[in-house]
Amino acid sequence: MNKATTFNIPVSAGDEDHYRLRMGPQHPATHGVLRVDLDLDGETILECDPRVGYLHRGFEKLAEHRTYVQNLVLTDRLDYMSAMANNVGYSEAVEKLLAIGVPLRAKYLRTMVCEMARLASHLLWLATHALDIGAMTVFLYCFREREELLELFAELCGARLTTTYTRLGGVRQDVTHSFMMRLERFVDAFPACIEEYETLIDTNRIWLKRTVNVGTVSAEDAVSLCLTGGSLRGSGVDYDVRKHFPYAAYDRLDFEIPLGETGDTYARYRCRMEEMRQSNYILRQCIEQMPPGPIVGDDAPDLVMPNKPGRKVEVDTPARQALIKLVEDRDTFMEGDVYVPTEVPKGELGFYFISDGNGHPYRMHIRSPSFIHIGALKTLAKGAMVADLIAIIGTLDVVLGECDR
Amino acid sequence: MQILISILQIIIVLVQIGVLVGVVLLHVAYATYFERKIIGHMQVRMGPMIVGWHGLLQPIADGIKSFFKEDIVPEQADKPLFLAAPIVCLVAMMVSLAVLPFAKGWALSDINIGLLFVFAMSSLASYGIILAGWASNSKFTLLGGMRSMAQVISYEISLGLSLVGVMMLSGSLNLTEIVEAQGSSFFGMYLFTQPVAFFVFFIAMLAETNRVPFDLPEAETELVSGYCTEYSGMRYAMFFMAEYIGMFVMASIGVVCFMGGWNGPFNVPFLPPIWFILKVYLIIFLFIWIRATIPRYRYDQLMAIGWKLLIPLALGNIFLTGLAKIVIN
Repeated sequence: MNKATTFNIPVSAGDEDHYRLRMGPQHPATHGVLRVDLDLDGETILECDPRVGYLHRGFEKLAEHRTYVQNLVLTDRLDYMSAMANNVGYSEAVEKLLAIGVPLRAKYLRTMVCEMARLASHLLWLATHALDIGAMTVFLYCFREREELLELFAELCGARLTTTYTRLGGVRQDVTHSFMMRLERFVDAFPACIEEYETLIDTNRIWLKRTVNVGTVSAEDAVSLCLTGGSLRGSGVDYDVRKHFPYAAYDRLDFEIPLGETGDTYARYRCRMEEMRQSNYILRQCIEQMPPGPIVGDDAPDLVMPNKPGRKVEVDTPARQALIKLVEDRDTFMEGDVYVPTEVPKGELGFYFISDGNGHPYRMHIRSPSFIHIGALKTLAKGAMVADLIAIIGTLDVVLGECDR
Repeated sequence: MQILISILQIIIVLVQIGVLVGVVLLHVAYATYFERKIIGHMQVRMGPMIVGWHGLLQPIADGIKSFFKEDIVPEQADKPLFLAAPIVCLVAMMVSLAVLPFAKGWALSDINIGLLFVFAMSSLASYGIILAGWASNSKFTLLGGMRSMAQVISYEISLGLSLVGVMMLSGSLNLTEIVEAQGSSFFGMYLFTQPVAFFVFFIAMLAETNRVPFDLPEAETELVSGYCTEYSGMRYAMFFMAEYIGMFVMASIGVVCFMGGWNGPFNVPFLPPIWFILKVYLIIFLFIWIRATIPRYRYDQLMAIGWKLLIPLALGNIFLTGLAKIVIN
């Protein structure tokens, strides 16, 4: 029998009885291309070593050679479950760096799309988390509502996934009446849908057995592991960028930050379910309070190509001319650095810019929650079983596009 | 003359076997369709719709597809075992069909140890799974095989013990006699005299056939596809067929032992097994319903349920049944 050379992981002395399993990067439950090297004793995890980088596209380096406007499209590809929230996060950061004002209507629109993105992302999280644990029907129920949200995105900006909706100084398109009507219908119907998911799993004995006391992380550990978002609040730490460092129109809206107590998978699940209710409530307020006015600021640099009324697009001067102007107009850009966090569905997404006054960032760093959450996997999975690892990956709510960027 | 008659008998038996296998394979094909449709409608989608009217020809298309697919054998697999494993699985499951009484006199061989025979065969089928897990020489399949081995050993016991009560009541291991002992009345069904046993049997049956919530050996989100990860084409389909025949056999045992077998409210002259088939499909529908509803247990929790809950329950049931029998007599 011809034996091909095997790809062996070196086994250190004394560990010969351990079973080494390389889970991923092509594995159905690792949410993309996460690779986890496991050291198993039976099915108990002795050592868990997450390896990332299989989806690395070099966004941070790429951003250094592109203008601030051009970089916006890269943020769609970070966390592709909630491209809208990334767009907003990026725009907020660049606006702070370049001191660009945003009109109130645009702020509300941004808040609205952020919360829609949060719902879309949380729905996908619930769907895959439930599917990982084996509850198949929840998966399809969630996709039913997510589909409606994506259709709404398509109606708003023409794209379902890679939206590129915001512009520096505002947003690209204004909402239409039919869009608002449709969103209102969705907002009215959605709380009943959350209840529907909960009837399937909330008090299901098997679901409880699989999630309660699984992947427990204490409040201190959660803070020291730099967890953010639902993963942090599940441990009872009250931190939400929307409340503590408000951006867009969040300071004008009324909402609560749901907190868990136990810090296990079930607490995080409950937390995110409540967050969906709160998001729905925020959406309702956005619909009711939506102020009139322009959607792009007056002091926005003319690099946003806004749909200004009466503006004529000349034949040979579309984007090209705007870009040339952008690079020439060096006065527009200040020097210095800025870090702006925003609360995306997965946690705190921060953009850190260093500007040397050029038309493009000298350095752009993305503080992506998924990357940091995957770092926490090593601690959380220790001593758990293989099946628990799947639940833990699900509950940390990671997406590899954002992690590897 | 004597020889001619015996040859004729053999031919008749062969024809019967052929008919049974044909019908069962057709059943397997359409059980998948049944499952996909039901789960589809439970999950707000349509299920197969493209091939034929409402996807009615989908199982046949699937069969043809898997038949013509490439049969990949991994380079480092233990080849003879790898090739044999699905056959072991399928044959063991098919053989247990021989003793099932579909209606009065409708059993290929009405042997006296029918129940025991079915158990023996379904245990044998788990060898196929373990062999597949081992021979594929892959870590995921090995874990799947290991899980399956542990699961089958622990649930076989509670499955067997749960039926001891039925054996005590009917006084026989012969499946036909078990049905006849229940009589043709509705409340004669052992479902009413042995509810605990039925409960234990039903759960053990789910575990025995690797169905949700006990589908750990092939938990796709943990072990990719468990023991059949490395299989493709027809060999994969054979595992699939074995699983569905296993479901059918176990559901049939449930019907025979607890639900009065082929007896129904009235006799159907042109197709005697109609009640039997209906009851079997009722149980299969329950299987599918459960699959659409609940999540999956963890490996250690599964073991805990098997050893700490089901076996004591089954033993208690045997004790109570014996006690009741003494008191009544």
